[in-house]
Amino acid sequence: MAAAVDEPGVIEARGLTRSFGSLVAVDGVDLSVGRGEVFGCLGPNGSGKSTLMRMLLGLLAPSAGEARVLGRRIPEEAEELRPAVGYMTQRFSLYEDLRVGENLDFAAQAFGLPRARRRARVAAAIDEYGLEPHRRKLAGNLSGGWKQRLALAVATIHEPELLVLDEPTAGVDPESRREFWERLFEVASRGTTIFVSTHYMDEAVRCHRLCILRDGRRAALGTPGGLTRGLAGRVLDLAVDPPERAIAALRGSPRVASTTQLGDTVHVLLAADAPPAARAGDELVAFLEAAGLPGARATPSAANLEDVFVALLLGEELVEDAG
Amino acid sequence: MSASSRVSSRASFLVEASLGALRRTLAMARKEFLQLLRDRLSVGFIVGIPSLQLVLFGYAINLDVRHIPTAVLDRSQSTLSRKLVGELAATQTFRIVRSARSEAEVLELLERGEVGAAVVIPPDLDRRLHRGRGAEISILADASNPTVASAVALSGQGYGRSLAARMQPFLSGEASAALRLVPGDRTGFGPESDLVRPEPVRVEVLPFYNPEKRTAVFIVPGLVGVILTMTMMLMTALALVRERERGTFEFLIATPVRRSEVMVGKILPYLVVGHVQVAIVLALGALLFDVPLRGSLLDLGIGSLPFLGAMLSMGLVVSSLARNQFQATQMSFFFFLPSMLLSGFMFPFESMPRPAQWIGELLPLTHFLRIVRGVLLKGAPIEVLWGEVAAVLAFLAVALGLAVRTFRKRLA
Repeated sequence: MAAAVDEPGVIEARGLTRSFGSLVAVDGVDLSVGRGEVFGCLGPNGSGKSTLMRMLLGLLAPSAGEARVLGRRIPEEAEELRPAVGYMTQRFSLYEDLRVGENLDFAAQAFGLPRARRRARVAAAIDEYGLEPHRRKLAGNLSGGWKQRLALAVATIHEPELLVLDEPTAGVDPESRREFWERLFEVASRGTTIFVSTHYMDEAVRCHRLCILRDGRRAALGTPGGLTRGLAGRVLDLAVDPPERAIAALRGSPRVASTTQLGDTVHVLLAADAPPAARAGDELVAFLEAAGLPGARATPSAANLEDVFVALLLGEELVEDAG
Repeated sequence: MSASSRVSSRASFLVEASLGALRRTLAMARKEFLQLLRDRLSVGFIVGIPSLQLVLFGYAINLDVRHIPTAVLDRSQSTLSRKLVGELAATQTFRIVRSARSEAEVLELLERGEVGAAVVIPPDLDRRLHRGRGAEISILADASNPTVASAVALSGQGYGRSLAARMQPFLSGEASAALRLVPGDRTGFGPESDLVRPEPVRVEVLPFYNPEKRTAVFIVPGLVGVILTMTMMLMTALALVRERERGTFEFLIATPVRRSEVMVGKILPYLVVGHVQVAIVLALGALLFDVPLRGSLLDLGIGSLPFLGAMLSMGLVVSSLARNQFQATQMSFFFFLPSMLLSGFMFPFESMPRPAQWIGELLPLTHFLRIVRGVLLKGAPIEVLWGEVAAVLAFLAVALGLAVRTFRKRLA
């Protein structure tokens, strides 16, 4: 796996665009994902995450732009690409009327594994994902968490070079999500590149790099750390009583871009043109006092991905490529 | 690298590639088969439809018409007339159910469909016969059902002839034609027919009769083809749309299974299933209706294989065009109906208008009917029917090609 310095990325996309009628679902996205990366794709519903993934998999033809995945031109060479790619769809897409073991068998056969390797891989998957007790159950009778496990087992049955996962943990409890991500990193540790979309900030933080989509456009690209550093000095926490009234009052301040209530404190993202957090904090304390809310205390705080996300949703572009 | 090793590596590449294709196709076939087994409704459909159809067709469509409800308008009310009516009833073709008082009543009964035939005896029957002149007994037949009409004609003429023969001693010359038939319409009761009465019932004539006597023996083999057309096509017509509707399509098209492998894989299990249906129909046909199996079953199997493939491929074409299962079902009917009507199953092929025959020749069912009837009823070896087999194969090739072409491994 010694990658040459000039080795092209696993995914190279330039100006990738897809429209459905008058709606532009993905709009001129550039992307480069390196070998072995866990690459996250973040964005609100309808921001084009699924469409982008489907284009990269050759399941949807781009309206404009070009992409190479594992060196194959997409969508022309999509068929040649398939044996090397695993895909876990957003909605459970395995055969609910087949047993767990039959689904694994079918996937292994469909990916053309020779008999001996197929048996070994299916046995390994059942062992690794703890599917033995469910092996003879119909996939449709599994609970959400188990369906998701099975889907991951199926998507990796052929040990793909690239694994694409579309919101794999949507609607799954936190414990299962954690466990799922551990498995994901295990897969990545064996050299598989992972391209995963998610809603959850705690998951996004775990990715090596992130791409944030907004209205089909790439609004940000970078490491989680780099993206949050882009907001350094723009976040503070206000301890104030009662926080609900403070939030209402802060809406009137030009210094504030957005507020989030966290228990008794108010998490504030400052406007782009506001002074650094320490000074702005004093201003806001005074502002609140004038609004009849004395005794507030401001503490500058580290930005988190949620702040990045909010800033982007508010239309900011400045965090681009901060990593 | 030497030339020979290059050749052998090329050969091993080809072997590897075709092995892969085989593996993927069989994976599809196995998956389809398992899914079919899990789907109770489909299994019921596959076993139930042939049995139901066979029993319904076999028992309900009984073309040996007897006991036609008949009205009598006896204007003569004589011993002779009552004797005549009694003899007519004894033929068993007619079952006298009503005695009418006027011509208007007769017409009304026919119109309402309460009777299928009416016998009208003139008031001067006795007098005319005694004077040695021919008397005309009219039998009016409701020709809206030509099967009934032809049965009436046949039986009435037969009776007329026997009556005339018995009357011969008393009669002379042209008067010997003692009985005339009045058809409800000009369906052609032969040159004898003569419109003595004004049109009794205005009817639309469906040419639903057959020059040859059709019975279960004739219908059952045809039914094999009709059942296969209906069930096989529907099974594959739903196959791809179902994947789309359930969301499994996205998983499937992300695998390396090729378009043609998807298609062939979806067809394979049903080739077996189709033969099970053939066996059910033939077994029931033999048990319930004494339908003979004259030819070789192997020949029949060989003959039905391409037909099954053709129907299944046609279903796949529908499936890749339709957006949902409802549409697929509707589209299947567009193919099913002409197959049913123009293949020679419903109407004798030779008596169909030319353009209908041309269309009929394009339908695989037409050729398959000739194959099954040939093999089953005439005991023809399959080699004799190679032309029909070739026609079905041609349809299969076109339909399968079309199915693969219209199928896209894309989402939109």
